[in-house]
Amino acid sequence: MADSTTEKAKAAQGEISLMSVVAPAVGWLVPGAGHIIQKRWVRGALLFVSIVTLFLLGLGMQGRIYKANGGDILDILGFIGDVGAGALYILTLANDWGQGAIQFATADYGTKFMIVAGLLNFIAVADAYHIAVGKKR
Amino acid sequence: MTITLNHFSAALVFALFASIVFGITHREATRDMVRYGLYCFVMFLGGAIVAGWAMWLLRR
Repeated sequence: MADSTTEKAKAAQGEISLMSVVAPAVGWLVPGAGHIIQKRWVRGALLFVSIVTLFLLGLGMQGRIYKANGGDILDILGFIGDVGAGALYILTLANDWGQGAIQFATADYGTKFMIVAGLLNFIAVADAYHIAVGKKR
Repeated sequence: MTITLNHFSAALVFALFASIVFGITHREATRDMVRYGLYCFVMFLGGAIVAGWAMWLLRR
């Protein structure tokens, strides 16, 4: 009781704790890890499985990964979505995966799956931050 | 290896995983998370089916 009151008071004052920085950073790098380091085991595991599976399915469907670019607005938005996947995005770029194969009709679905996985991870990161600052249990 | 999903199974997989994330991140209590996740799942899939029928009707 006293702990939750203290946490709420800290949140109201906008105090930056170590966890409020570490949890979103770790959560971005590994989906769900921001929840796991705050002992939300089940939530973290479900987030990890959901986001990683969606991203890997996209990759398996021969989806295309967007690289940093300053061209078409849709390409820039695609990059922003993809980069949300954290380590998965870095790993994909490093291994030169996700080149996209237009001969497969499902490749476009795969591209969208990877973007959505990144965007969902951004939401998970925001949630990990809210837990860290005491705005959410 | 290439994974091939048809339109409906792709919508099903998308709805399932997006609903899990939405449920967890948008509600506080476990019971509310499950209910909101189910609501999102039904809305995602229902929306896809309704849109499909709407396009079928427009085409006629």
